[in-house]
Amino acid sequence: MSIHLDPKIPAGPLEQKWERHKFESKLINPANRRKFEVIVVGTGLAGASAAATLGELGYKVTAFCFQDSPRRAHSIAAQGGINAAKNYQNDGDSVHRLFYDTIKGGDFRSREANVHRLAEVSVSIIDHCVALGVPFAREYGGLLDNRSFGGAQVSRTFYARGQTGQQLLLGAYSALNRQIAAGTVEMHSRKEMLDVVLVDGHAKGIITRDLTTGEIKSWAADCVIMATGGYGNVFYLSTNAKGCNVTATYRAHKRGAAFANPCYTQIHPTCIPVAGDHQSKLTLMSESLRNDGRVWVPKKKGDTRPAAQIPDAERDYYLERKYPSFGNLAPRDISSRSAKEVCDEGRGVGPGGLGVYLDFADSIKRVGEDKIRERYGNLFEMYHQITGENAYQMPMRIFPAVHYTMGGLWVDYNLMSNIPGLFVLGEANFSDHGANRLGASALMQGLADGYFVIPYTIGNYLAPEVGKRPTTDHPAFKQTEADVRAQIQKFLSIKGKRSVESFHRELGLLMWDYCGMARSEKSLTRALNRIPALRQEFWENANVPGENESLNVSLERAGRVADFLEFGELMCRDALARNESCGGHFREEHQTPDGEALRNDDDFAHVAAWEYQGPNTPPIRHTEPLVYENVKLATRSYK
Amino acid sequence: MNLLFKFWSSSIGKKWLVALTGLALLGFVAAHLIGNLQMFAGAAKINAYAEFLHANEKPLWVARIGLIGAFLLHIAATLSLVRANRAARPESYALNRRVQSTFANRTMALSGLTVLAFVVFHLLHYTFRTTDPRFKTIAEGGLLETSFDVYHMVLLGFQNPLISGFYILSVGLLALHLSHGISSVVQTFGLKSKKSGLWIPKAGGVISLAIFAGYASIPAAILLGLLK
Amino acid sequence: MNLHLKVWRQKNSKAQGSLVSYEARNIPEDCSFLEMLDLVNEDLLAKGEEPIAFDHDCREGICGMCSLTINGIPHGPSETTTCQLYMRKFKDGETIYIEPFRAGAFPLLRDLAVNRSALDRIQQAGGFISAHVGSAPDGNAILVPKTEADHAMEAAACIGCGACVAACPNASAMLFVGAKVTHLGSLPQGQPERNRRVLAMVRRMDHEGFGNCSNYLECEAVCPAEIPATAIGQLNRDYAKALTLESL
Repeated sequence: MSIHLDPKIPAGPLEQKWERHKFESKLINPANRRKFEVIVVGTGLAGASAAATLGELGYKVTAFCFQDSPRRAHSIAAQGGINAAKNYQNDGDSVHRLFYDTIKGGDFRSREANVHRLAEVSVSIIDHCVALGVPFAREYGGLLDNRSFGGAQVSRTFYARGQTGQQLLLGAYSALNRQIAAGTVEMHSRKEMLDVVLVDGHAKGIITRDLTTGEIKSWAADCVIMATGGYGNVFYLSTNAKGCNVTATYRAHKRGAAFANPCYTQIHPTCIPVAGDHQSKLTLMSESLRNDGRVWVPKKKGDTRPAAQIPDAERDYYLERKYPSFGNLAPRDISSRSAKEVCDEGRGVGPGGLGVYLDFADSIKRVGEDKIRERYGNLFEMYHQITGENAYQMPMRIFPAVHYTMGGLWVDYNLMSNIPGLFVLGEANFSDHGANRLGASALMQGLADGYFVIPYTIGNYLAPEVGKRPTTDHPAFKQTEADVRAQIQKFLSIKGKRSVESFHRELGLLMWDYCGMARSEKSLTRALNRIPALRQEFWENANVPGENESLNVSLERAGRVADFLEFGELMCRDALARNESCGGHFREEHQTPDGEALRNDDDFAHVAAWEYQGPNTPPIRHTEPLVYENVKLATRSYK
Repeated sequence: MNLLFKFWSSSIGKKWLVALTGLALLGFVAAHLIGNLQMFAGAAKINAYAEFLHANEKPLWVARIGLIGAFLLHIAATLSLVRANRAARPESYALNRRVQSTFANRTMALSGLTVLAFVVFHLLHYTFRTTDPRFKTIAEGGLLETSFDVYHMVLLGFQNPLISGFYILSVGLLALHLSHGISSVVQTFGLKSKKSGLWIPKAGGVISLAIFAGYASIPAAILLGLLK
Repeated sequence: MNLHLKVWRQKNSKAQGSLVSYEARNIPEDCSFLEMLDLVNEDLLAKGEEPIAFDHDCREGICGMCSLTINGIPHGPSETTTCQLYMRKFKDGETIYIEPFRAGAFPLLRDLAVNRSALDRIQQAGGFISAHVGSAPDGNAILVPKTEADHAMEAAACIGCGACVAACPNASAMLFVGAKVTHLGSLPQGQPERNRRVLAMVRRMDHEGFGNCSNYLECEAVCPAEIPATAIGQLNRDYAKALTLESL
């Protein structure tokens, strides 16, 4: 075993681990901080908050994003809200309950210590965001308002209309702007990271390509933080932004970073169904809609009557029927799978039968249309734009879509990968959500990592590294830069006939069919046979026109799709090796008689972290056992 | 002076200068109208009013200088803003569509410049009386009984349909200018709310229309023979 | 449906650009405008030509990256962003002009993509509240009346796309700046820096070469986030007040 996975979980009782760790972590005095240069890749919630906070502390930060502005990062699209164990509603919430809900929601596949820390700092996130001017929803008395979310029986979700992600990101963006103005952060937009540079085994820099001029450049630093988001776009169709990609994390993986649990993907239950082959992305309707909407399909197969003409007795409110205590607020994986089930039974609605109703008629009757408009106005508007249908008058049609990826680069308690000096934050790491993420927890994790965790833990790596920063003249930079250039030349010299986009589409469909909501040994084996062939065709027949020295969209995509074509295989491999069902990973071979996920705690209560072995060579699967000292592994029931 | 300079050196500051001077000019336009409307009260009344104004030379000059200053500042600030605006959009669209700007809005510079030309003529015409040899006292070879015989001067002036026509056209453009100007002033002062935003432009229109009707009524009445 | 497109093509910021005609054939009505361009690009690629470059990312109307002036109107006839514009809004056989967002402060990069980082620089000048991580009081320590929170939220909804600038005949960014000034100025947390913020942001705005407001209100009409023009009024008022206080 060439890599060593030490989670570095602090000793002591769960509730004291983080406090103790903060105290035991190495400090760097203010005068010394400015001697350290930190690279931050990605400026979503995790990246922007980390860059801003480290800048505030006095580190010299250089931040990068591939979009035209840090404010565009896809965190902006999160709609519903952010969890925090404030217990403002006096409904029995606590840090421990948020911790427990998250562990249980993740189907007992996450680290206790990380999740507890997340629950602890959740309260500070809200305070800080309020101070930054995030306009959270308020009650008439001026207090912060809360709503409830899937997988919880308390109201602990803070929100800003249906645009919570936007407001939190703009908050982090404003903090980042303040540091840019103060000169502690240097911001580079429209620059994509194409590789990480290792000097003596430590991450000491990156290589970027300027997306408008094609300039390839080396950047040296004392450490590298990657907050580059998830890999949901391996499915081509997902709720991710078009630009979201696995390139940064996958290329770090190729340089030695272990990739943990790549098979854990979250399929979100409430998205607008696919309309046709031209479709380029799927649009999410916030899960918060399930607070007031009721999910149903006709009881009869192939019932094509308009929704309004189907009497109540002939409707199947299947979530309320199957999960009476959580009802329409059952966790995401369960809701998604239930939708797939009823559609597989031929009871789906809309074109192709791939959809279920989300009906607001009862709520409109109960609280009035104005109240519903106030809560979800922008979502109803968006639905109208896309489908041309008015959801105040007829039920929405929804269907599950790939949304979030719980897997990511393996990190220890300090959020450092197995490559010293390479930190991974937010969705890009694997650490907090286990096999399934609860709604309103992604924003919480991104900001926790950036505002409150990395500022403390980064010192543990940096303190002994003073004065060890190489310059970009180091041979390692020259070599990595040459590798990057060679790959770009390779793309441009294929001169094939088939567009990069079409390869991506084909890969996506393949992943959805064989490694999507339900997986089996048969489907995964088939995928593992087909992906290498597709990859080979890509390298022989991809059409990448133009040159490097300009804004070249085809070239940008070629790099990302090439990585997805390798990463898809890794995902299927992980899904095949995890011979159990858990959370978002549902293996058809492992289910209870009533179709629920059946875990195998004896053999799979561990993190699977993959080590890259070279092109077309199977990677090695390492494991980190998950130790539960504070919760009892139980069957996850929401009945 | 420091304050004025500060306002002058920023875009929004200049907007304020345009708005403030515009408001002062609007005040003048309204006061001038009230004065003029005394035409309908007969020669004695308006001529007495003219005499009264000139009896107080000092305040008159203060007002005049203030007015000229406001007028020049209004024009200078606007020209400076227009120049910056042109520079801000060096390339225009091949296809240009407007969604909600109004005609009055888009023709502010044109209506303003036409009014400027009119004001010059109007001053030469009735204030300096250099365009018409009849606007002198009988003793000086003109037709007016005294130099304060404004009533007959106006009567003589507006009996020329060309002059009346130009006058009516100009106050028409002035009204157009004001119809947008009034709501712009409110917006520049930041006093327009979502609710008042609905009626302020209408109120601006009504005020402008009233000003137009008031000013135009004089030459119209003269041409129609209602005033003799 | 079939469409005649007139698309602005320009190799880079220095090259000469021009409108080029393309035929878009067999476009489904359920297609979004950007998906229509995707299909046109696939055609171009098949013919060995370089695809049309345009900015886009989230394709759900929130990131603000997509731009395009469609038939003379930024974001076209949609009520939101270009990415949320669907082809059912057009007629079969229609001619569609597709141009970049035009403003001196938005230098063109290629084809339809422009550089809007001037907007970032305005935010960097003062569009923030200086709150150190770890220093914040409890979220409920300062009450914020619901009406004020809602008012702040309405202005904070700005997605920073720059359509206001592109629509304004003066290429003014005052709606954009007004939105941030209104957002932070409506909250108690934003008061200490209120004057400083508005002065710094307006100075930067002027410096970047944006025009100023002639009250055309085209910005308000095209704004996908429905930021009202009252934000400009608020900006005017806050600025005059801050400037006066600064001079005294």
